[in-house]
Amino acid sequence: MSRVRVLAGTRKGAFILESDGKREKWDVSGPHFAGWEMYHLKGSPADPNRIYASQTSGWYGQLIQRSDDGGKTWHQPGTPPGEPPVAGPPKAASNKFVYDASADTGKPLTTHQWYDGTQHPWEFKRVWHLEPSLTDPDTVYAGVEDAALFRSTDGGQNWQELAGLRGHGTGPKWQPGAGGMCLHTIILDPSNPNRIFIAISAAGAFRTDDGGKTWRPINKGLYSQYIPDPRAEIGHCVHHVAMNPSRPNVLFMQKHWDVMRSNDAGDNWQEISGNLPTDFGFVIDVHAHEPETIYVVPIKSDSEHFVPDGKLRVFRSRTGGNEWEALTKGLPQRDCYVNVLRDAMAVDSLDKCGVYFGTSGGQVYASADAGDSWAPIVRDLPAVLSVEVQTLP
Amino acid sequence: MIRVILPQHLRTLAQVRGELELEVGAPVTQRSVLDALEVRYPMLRGTIRDHVTLQRRPFLRFFACEEDLTHEPPDAPLPDAVASGAEPLIILGAIAGG
Repeated sequence: MSRVRVLAGTRKGAFILESDGKREKWDVSGPHFAGWEMYHLKGSPADPNRIYASQTSGWYGQLIQRSDDGGKTWHQPGTPPGEPPVAGPPKAASNKFVYDASADTGKPLTTHQWYDGTQHPWEFKRVWHLEPSLTDPDTVYAGVEDAALFRSTDGGQNWQELAGLRGHGTGPKWQPGAGGMCLHTIILDPSNPNRIFIAISAAGAFRTDDGGKTWRPINKGLYSQYIPDPRAEIGHCVHHVAMNPSRPNVLFMQKHWDVMRSNDAGDNWQEISGNLPTDFGFVIDVHAHEPETIYVVPIKSDSEHFVPDGKLRVFRSRTGGNEWEALTKGLPQRDCYVNVLRDAMAVDSLDKCGVYFGTSGGQVYASADAGDSWAPIVRDLPAVLSVEVQTLP
Repeated sequence: MIRVILPQHLRTLAQVRGELELEVGAPVTQRSVLDALEVRYPMLRGTIRDHVTLQRRPFLRFFACEEDLTHEPPDAPLPDAVASGAEPLIILGAIAGG
């Protein structure tokens, strides 16, 4: 019988939640890296035992951790697993994210827009998102703050920036949102290895069709009242983008405000907020087997980052947007004021599709029936930053 | 031998308990101690000071002999008591809530 492994990153450590295909009884392990902010963990589609994790701290900076046994043991890439440290030349480059300043890899920029409108140098702060290659366990992409895309092809030991993105001519107009200027979404196109989608707060969405050498903004149709030109090419605070692998040209976006859809790989976007109670939010995801079934968790507003009316409701559309139904069975419907952050929802690929999300209140909820009903796997973790799920044989 | 006390999270990362001891050639400075520390414990690179600029991370401080040495130049000699091993160099995370 298939199993599922849920990877939860929290403000104070990582947790691994495992169940059989029924998804009723769960084994919980953790905290891994207790006390550290675990922004994101994600397993390799090519080797489910390979998991990458972003471990970060305001005091000690960024670390990358890797597991080769499904999360039982971890090591920093380049440091032998389980072995004590050995004397020798420094070799821990796995947390070395250095912006590319060479002249032959594009047009590296030195500044972006700061909160006060002045230009500010790029400064590496942390890794928000790790996206393992669909085919090679040793290749993994990292979306970082300040916004840039890095890639490792040696299992996370060394990282190189794909400088064509940051070198895009619009770079000086990128600016940080309240959470920092982060590259938080990376989507690899399963039908075209040269195509990658990324999203940045607050710059917008971008696409490469040449494996990351050159990029172009894909924000046509987005409308953001909080920027001087609401239809500008750049400056939109995209919160998350999702794709069903069976239809890689169809993208769904939760923007700062507005839920959006593109049918042409991001070239054009249409609003699909429809009857949502509020179209502010962070997460969005797509059913594993029904590419027109999508999920969001509406949040009251950009000033009040919690669910509206004290009710935790996932909204599902089975029509690709515009028509939404509230999913409430098993979720608190009074006195609930949690948030669900942008990387904190995931789906498994079992039949029926499982849906998972984590909250700022430390709950990780699971639905084994595509959202019809929910139950908490855990209720009292630290604030959840990210949720990913692996479907295992 | 130079004695160094790391904050808890870095002790966990380096897989050490309590104080650690390092061979450091003269002159004994912040820079020479951190260089030796990172050679012996490469997993600490980037956690105390930036990989590229080698600037101290903002929320870490250096203490020894009941003195705050955080803002001393990195090549300034550390106190004799640290150089002789009588006193440890303490690397401390700034206090912050949450």
